[in-house]
Amino acid sequence: MEKRVLFKGIWLPLLLVLPQILITAVFFFYPAGQAVWQSLFIPDPFGLSSQFVGLGNFEYLLSDRYYRASFVTTAIFSTLVTLVSMGVALYLAVLADRLIKGSGAYRTLLIWPYAVAPAVAGVLWMFMFNTRVGVVTWYLGLLGYDWNHVLNEGEAMSLVVIASSWGRISYNFLFFLAGLQAIPRSVIEAAAIDGARFWTRFRTIVFPLLSPTTFFLLVVNIVYAFFETFGVIHTITSGGPQQATTILVYKVYADGFVGQDLGSSAAQSVILLVVVSILTIIQFKYIERRVHY
Amino acid sequence: MSRSPRSGMVENRGLGLWLTHAGLILGVAFIFFPIWLAFVASTVSQPEIVHPPMPLVPGDQFFENYRKALVAGVNAPVALMLLNSGVMAIGIAVGKIIISLLSAFAIVYFRFPFRRVFFWLIFLTLMLPVEVRIVPTYEVVAGFGMLNSYSGLILPLIASATATFLFRQFFMTVPDELAEAARVDGARPMQFFWDILLPMSRTNIAALFVILFIYGWNQYLWPLLITTDPSMNTIVMGIKQMFPSGDDIADWPVIMATSILAMLPPVVVVIGMQRLFIRGLVESEK
Amino acid sequence: MATVTLNDVRKRFGTTQVIHGVDIDIAEGEFIVIVGPSGCGKSTLLRMVAGLETVTEGEVRINGERVNDKEPMDRDIAMVFQNYALYPHMSVFDNMAYGLKIAKTPRTEIAERVQVAAKLLQLEPYLQRKPRELSGGQRQRVAMGRAIVRKPAVFLFDEPLSNLDAKLRVQMRLEIKQLQRELGVTALYVTHDQVEAMTLADRMVVMNAGRADQIGAPLDVYAHPQTEFVAGFIGSPPTNFLDAAVLGGQGARLGIRPEHVHPGPAGSGRITARVLDAEALGAETLIHTRLPSGELLTVRQNGTTGCPGEGEEIGLDWADADEMRFGPDGRRI
Repeated sequence: MEKRVLFKGIWLPLLLVLPQILITAVFFFYPAGQAVWQSLFIPDPFGLSSQFVGLGNFEYLLSDRYYRASFVTTAIFSTLVTLVSMGVALYLAVLADRLIKGSGAYRTLLIWPYAVAPAVAGVLWMFMFNTRVGVVTWYLGLLGYDWNHVLNEGEAMSLVVIASSWGRISYNFLFFLAGLQAIPRSVIEAAAIDGARFWTRFRTIVFPLLSPTTFFLLVVNIVYAFFETFGVIHTITSGGPQQATTILVYKVYADGFVGQDLGSSAAQSVILLVVVSILTIIQFKYIERRVHY
Repeated sequence: MSRSPRSGMVENRGLGLWLTHAGLILGVAFIFFPIWLAFVASTVSQPEIVHPPMPLVPGDQFFENYRKALVAGVNAPVALMLLNSGVMAIGIAVGKIIISLLSAFAIVYFRFPFRRVFFWLIFLTLMLPVEVRIVPTYEVVAGFGMLNSYSGLILPLIASATATFLFRQFFMTVPDELAEAARVDGARPMQFFWDILLPMSRTNIAALFVILFIYGWNQYLWPLLITTDPSMNTIVMGIKQMFPSGDDIADWPVIMATSILAMLPPVVVVIGMQRLFIRGLVESEK
Repeated sequence: MATVTLNDVRKRFGTTQVIHGVDIDIAEGEFIVIVGPSGCGKSTLLRMVAGLETVTEGEVRINGERVNDKEPMDRDIAMVFQNYALYPHMSVFDNMAYGLKIAKTPRTEIAERVQVAAKLLQLEPYLQRKPRELSGGQRQRVAMGRAIVRKPAVFLFDEPLSNLDAKLRVQMRLEIKQLQRELGVTALYVTHDQVEAMTLADRMVVMNAGRADQIGAPLDVYAHPQTEFVAGFIGSPPTNFLDAAVLGGQGARLGIRPEHVHPGPAGSGRITARVLDAEALGAETLIHTRLPSGELLTVRQNGTTGCPGEGEEIGLDWADADEMRFGPDGRRI
């Protein structure tokens, strides 16, 4: 798609793209290139020189028990966050869509946690489940359950999943509700005339028609779980206990900044780069398809 | 997003309607509970919290806690952190909108050498979050001496093309005849941009501002890395710094007051500009 | 007022040639209509005069001066677009004043000129409104007003009436004609509608596949089409075409306008035909017939004349002078 009308000139447009090109070059392409470059070296302990190791960092990483564990952790974590936040959001959106009046009011009530930073969400949930002062912990104690996410790996994972999903529900709700409301009323009425009850209608008509929205949200939520949940993990568990909640992004941070292992951190960045690129390609293919149909 | 009510056949009534409302209220409660609890905690005294269970209704320490947080904080006054967050969020939103408007204008309305190359370079950045390239980006920013500075907080987060993409999409929908009419009227490219394109993009700019403001305000990892000086902390990352290391007991009322303050500006923006926000969100993801 | 001259103007988009050498001489104050089917290159030609498209080859001269490399605003032209191209965020006043503001015209003069134009176009009550608050006809007038206030030497119209409903179109057609006469400005008008072309033009240019097939006064073009295309395009219902071999004589094809065919009893006239259908439209009646060769032929006769029934055989006749014969290349013989 191109515009027919064009202004003449070469220097003006170059001047206009210059700020973005400069900023992108300095703060995006150069660092990304550096990440690739550094991933091929191991610096000496004093940071004075570095030794070329080729794909050594990658080989080491892929054979590293902790890194592989982090991959698994990330997979479990992203799957759970995506499922929980999309499931709850779809459930609420279907309910709100059933309402003749008032769906707008519920929308207002439900969307604003989108504005709450993941890190702040982390603090809120960490407060509720705090082992010493947490309200939920205390009531669970009354029920005879001893909650301790600082020591228990499963509980730590559950807590970061819930805290990460919590703020994300609004976003998914918004898109699901818009998707549901875009389904023509006549289609649903036709199904009702055919004798389909609510659940059948949902399963055979609504959900298939909603699949573009669902697919889009799937990709976006996976990206969210991969990267933007750093704040939740850092505030609640700092990757613990025993690295049970160390997702890939957290490990890049932990190895690069806390552990000062630049070569490994860079190699991890490159692997993440590849992962995001794949997700981007999937999403672009999807957008393209949506444009064409 | 509103729609005429559904006809009688598929609408639910009686018990079904109540169940629907009950389900939604349950959802709203799940969303609200953590925030309510944080608010309550920010209005009671420290002893009331450290001897669980804490009360579930607000106490009388509201002003005391918030004053303490804003003026003194733990490492730095929260008022200062709010200011830092504000500068960062607005800087990112405004900066990104300006450079994106300019480059989208150039890409859509001009043909110039390397246009395609620029286009793809810019678009390569579309989904790559700053988290992926933190270490080298940190080194670049440190090399420029921009640690603990607003430019260090803002510039690296401007380097992505989401806004450029959005404006390009919008400019493509502007009828060609408008630019032609402006040319016949004697408008130079920048006059067309300023007098016609910019006023026509007002809603898009506002919607994008909301999205980018929230994005900037909620940044965590990046400020955590480059602001080592507490006086440059942003509020979202500053909360975690308020927790003491070791076995000391955290000052919960002040921390929770800070949490409430940290979510207040973006929440106000979202609720106040709901229509624009939804539009911006749905369109920027298209 | 100005003359406009096109000298062997050609246009290529990449390797596709869309205008194959067009020559037009427009006199001062003349109203020229370029008419043709969609895709014939008429809009491209107009846009080259406006300076919105570059001229690949040939010359465009306004008042004798070569303007090929001039910006639209330096050509002393104004243009009315098909979709009006009003600036949506500006009031009617600002829309009309924009060009003058850019030209740094003094404020008082801008106000005066806009007022005059607004009065001429009956837009005075709407000056503070936004385009979206106006009807289609009013928007059309604003677009005209924007052209008028600049006092250009040449008006360019790109299908300005095609977004209006039929009734409004007739009214605006008259207004445009009057306005042009009143202001005495040279006008170049593009349309696909032959009625607009016939009613507005001092001279019309019939375009076909990137060529100007014929240039001339409307009635002259109607009466003496130079090509088969022109004969078929101008006139409604269109000219009948028959294989010339059927009736003998010169050329490949024979054209005869429906109103020139006279029906008679079967066996009379030049050829016998079977009536398929007769459409009585009141003032006139169209008789659709099929010839023995299978070709269709339409007859147009006065509404008061009795008409033959469906399936009847009738004889058809016409005067030699009304016959138009075309060679295999489509040119008139």
